[in-house]
Amino acid sequence: MSSTIPASQQHADLQHAGQYHADHRLFGLATFLVADGMTFAGFFAAYLTFRAVNPLPAGAVYELELLLPTVNTVLLLLSSLTFHRAGTALKQGDNARCRRWLLLTAALGFTFLAGQMKEYFSLPFGLTDNLFASTFYAITGFHGLHVTLGGLMILIVWWQSRPGGRVSASNLFPLEATELYWHFVDGIWVVLYGILYLL
Amino acid sequence: MTLTLFPPQTTTPLQPRGWLRYLSFSTDHKVIGLQYLVCGFLFYLVGGALAGAIRTELLTPISDFLPRDTYNEVLTLHGTVMIFLWIVPVVNGGFGNYLIPFYVGARDMAFPRLNAVAFWLIPPAGLLLISSYFIGSAPQSGWTAYPPLSLTTPAIGQVLWILSVLLLGGSSIFGGINFIATILKLRRPGLKLMQLPMYCWAMLGTSILVVLSTPVLAGTLVLLSFDIIAHTGFFNPALGGNAVVYQHLFWFYSHPAVYIMVLPAFGLVSEILPIHARKPLFGYTTMVYSIMGIVVLGLIVWAHHMFTSGTPPWMRLFFTIATSFIAVPTGIKFFNWIATLWGGKIALNTAMLFCCGFIVNFVFGGITGVALAQVPFDIHVHDTYFVVGHFHYIVYGGTVFVIFASIYHWYPKFTGRLLNEPLGQLHFWLTFVGFNLCFAPQHWLGLNGMPRRVAEYDPQFQLINQISSAGALLMAISTLPFLINVLISAFCGQQAGDNPWNGLTPEWLTSSPPPVENWKGEAPLVTEPYGYGVHPHPSTP
Amino acid sequence: MPTSTVLSLFTIATGLVLAGLWLGQHVNLLPIDASANAPVYDELFKVLFSIGAILFLGIVGLIVYSLLRFRRRASDLGDGIAMEGNLPLEILWTAIPAIVVLFVGIYSYDIYERMGGMAPLNDHSAHAMQASGEDTRTWGGISPAVIDAQAGVEALPVEVTAMQFAFIFHYPDANITSGELHVPVGQPVVLRMKANDVIHAFWVPQFRLKQDVIPGQPTMLSFTATRPGHYPIVCAELCGPYHGGMRSNVIVDEPETFADWVARNSPAPAPITPTPVAS
Repeated sequence: MSSTIPASQQHADLQHAGQYHADHRLFGLATFLVADGMTFAGFFAAYLTFRAVNPLPAGAVYELELLLPTVNTVLLLLSSLTFHRAGTALKQGDNARCRRWLLLTAALGFTFLAGQMKEYFSLPFGLTDNLFASTFYAITGFHGLHVTLGGLMILIVWWQSRPGGRVSASNLFPLEATELYWHFVDGIWVVLYGILYLL
Repeated sequence: MTLTLFPPQTTTPLQPRGWLRYLSFSTDHKVIGLQYLVCGFLFYLVGGALAGAIRTELLTPISDFLPRDTYNEVLTLHGTVMIFLWIVPVVNGGFGNYLIPFYVGARDMAFPRLNAVAFWLIPPAGLLLISSYFIGSAPQSGWTAYPPLSLTTPAIGQVLWILSVLLLGGSSIFGGINFIATILKLRRPGLKLMQLPMYCWAMLGTSILVVLSTPVLAGTLVLLSFDIIAHTGFFNPALGGNAVVYQHLFWFYSHPAVYIMVLPAFGLVSEILPIHARKPLFGYTTMVYSIMGIVVLGLIVWAHHMFTSGTPPWMRLFFTIATSFIAVPTGIKFFNWIATLWGGKIALNTAMLFCCGFIVNFVFGGITGVALAQVPFDIHVHDTYFVVGHFHYIVYGGTVFVIFASIYHWYPKFTGRLLNEPLGQLHFWLTFVGFNLCFAPQHWLGLNGMPRRVAEYDPQFQLINQISSAGALLMAISTLPFLINVLISAFCGQQAGDNPWNGLTPEWLTSSPPPVENWKGEAPLVTEPYGYGVHPHPSTP
Repeated sequence: MPTSTVLSLFTIATGLVLAGLWLGQHVNLLPIDASANAPVYDELFKVLFSIGAILFLGIVGLIVYSLLRFRRRASDLGDGIAMEGNLPLEILWTAIPAIVVLFVGIYSYDIYERMGGMAPLNDHSAHAMQASGEDTRTWGGISPAVIDAQAGVEALPVEVTAMQFAFIFHYPDANITSGELHVPVGQPVVLRMKANDVIHAFWVPQFRLKQDVIPGQPTMLSFTATRPGHYPIVCAELCGPYHGGMRSNVIVDEPETFADWVARNSPAPAPITPTPVAS
């Protein structure tokens, strides 16, 4: 049946199909991010419960240093702004400007990670020291993995938006998807910062 | 207007034709649906064999059949396999994938490749789980894996269990994303939400539960694995942790999990009854609201699994009240189904019999459920065979009966051939009698002092245990007429034609089996999927 | 609706309710009651059983009746009546279950309260834990406040330790350690329970009481035994390969017999050691 349809006609059919069915991939991604958010919600619930009912051993109350995490928060929030700029540029067809903003976003993201590493090495507690320590590392580590994944995806989109690449004003999905993911990671960090550092 | 929306399944090597499709990475929702069904059934046989081992051990009051830790491995694998490799995949991924695109008037699911990925996570996860038995040790702390016990049993088995469940949970989440997008976004033009077949609403509700609750289990099991591998102390009291927090996190998923297993079955029953009773589904709107009510309530009742645990009085009271309320939307659905039968022209075929068996069994299980929801009642029977009896009435007497009803109902659509009715009736009666013989006495056992997850028990319980095991044997035997029927009818069954049951829903308005693109020509617009008696069927004289 | 239908419906409904009530009163599925709260439990059981029986028999009756009365004749290819809803009926079968469920919930709350389950487990001194450094919280269970108030005496304390795969009972007042639980009839008893390794559960079917014993989180169970005899203590939480064999006994004695047991099992006072003579 369809083996007799020439390739050009198949392509036309698929394009026609693209108009018949809108692109729901961002909706699917948003649903996935709800699920991902619930994983974090579980961690936060555990953390808050431990805080409420499981006191730390005597002499082990940790005041977390706030300067580095606050700087990190600002960096991450800025990176969401720069990512937004990148998206605007791409929609306007200015790939070069988009790519500059993407690189800046990735740089901010990896600086965040470097800051996290620095914080990890300067903390007085290790993973298995006590319940607070374990939960702290589990939550920030899980978030850090998300940032790493996001940073890599930004670099991939940066590569794909080069002249002749597949990401352009007529194929926004890879950038929009990565941007949605990045804003999600940013949002999770804000909640994390509030619960782990400020509370 | 013929559209090929997705890469056509032709003679390209990536999309083989014929039965090889079913072993390939096909993105066709119908192929994937059947892959889920067959794969799930194979795991059902594995889980059933494990149950056979349990009931054999329980023929005598002493531990004399299996080594003690093997017995604990068997009961752990039995629960895990039945829940995560049989019921959840089959009622969601199996029937869901096959039917939902038809019902919304689409050629396929919203994300066909994600769909294939979701299925192909299952066989390796299942093999990983079963392989643990041969690699050192299978998990032996129950499907609930409570710490600290799960931290003290052999690590390899427990970690493999965690890995397997993480993969299966991921598969489930991918499926949930697909169903939500397909139902909300892929409806054909002109088809409103409140015109969808009820199974769509059931799958929408189920998928919301999947997306919201499964990730919490995933996170919890990751923390548990940290406790096992990295010696953190999240749930290990010896290291300052809290074993009850695990229970809260675990049951936050695992209670909705029972609705993930049962809501799709509710939806399937809503499709089968109207066709074989030739009457509209009674109370469409309240059915929809009931599903949503069950979804919301299902998320806030988890601690009724913890009434005897480290829970303070106010918490026990709250969860008693919240749990009791679920009986109301659930009851509404059952009354609606009975009203659907009332005044109809009921064909007493195998699909109908299994649906009626479902109603009887599930009402029984629901009654014991409302009882269990009451704290003072549950304190006596928690973690006893009363609970084992209760949940088997729900998942087996409920969902599995519906799975069988659905197979008898849609097999003609899948294959183009009818299943043999006399064999089907034999299958039903053997199953119904065997099931009730096996699980009804277990309620008495629990009330009178037999805990669950034991290989030895007070000798006064031996006769009742033997009766229960006899019922289990009957259930095992009942599989034979079913298997024979399914296999032989594929080759020699009576031709079914497009619409053997004169159904109105879109899957019956195409050939059996359907073409790749589901319908030749445009997807039919069915605004009254239950319009029986309203518009006389063309075949009515 | 025609009067005859109303009359027959009323008769069937009444018959159903009476049958359910009769079954609830006469079908005894429970073991003997041996604690003060057991008859209270059994009351609840009878009510739940009656309601359940009414509902179950009603539903089965409706299904069987429908299958017989509305069975399709072989030659009839037509449809049934196009009945898609019935608002009064739907309101009825929403309201009645809601009322029944509400009743059951309130009744259960009352039962649990009579059992002593709603009394707080910790007084405010538990929060002083931070100051003294010692964690004295009780994390779950039933406190003796209510049964103490009912009996007018303080509960006899017993410390229960659960481990793989045994229960150990320690009487702090008499300094007795035993593998079996001895209690006097009519005397409130409070069990303070802790586990050494994994989660266990303390269950006496004849008392209708159960409480998990959780390492790191002491729990509590209180009861008054009312019938002398020997009753099993069953571990009711999977705790390892010998979970099924983890059992003990509770021996409910007359007060004199119990006093005898205490006297016989109390550790003898330490002998006076003579001071060594300087050599």
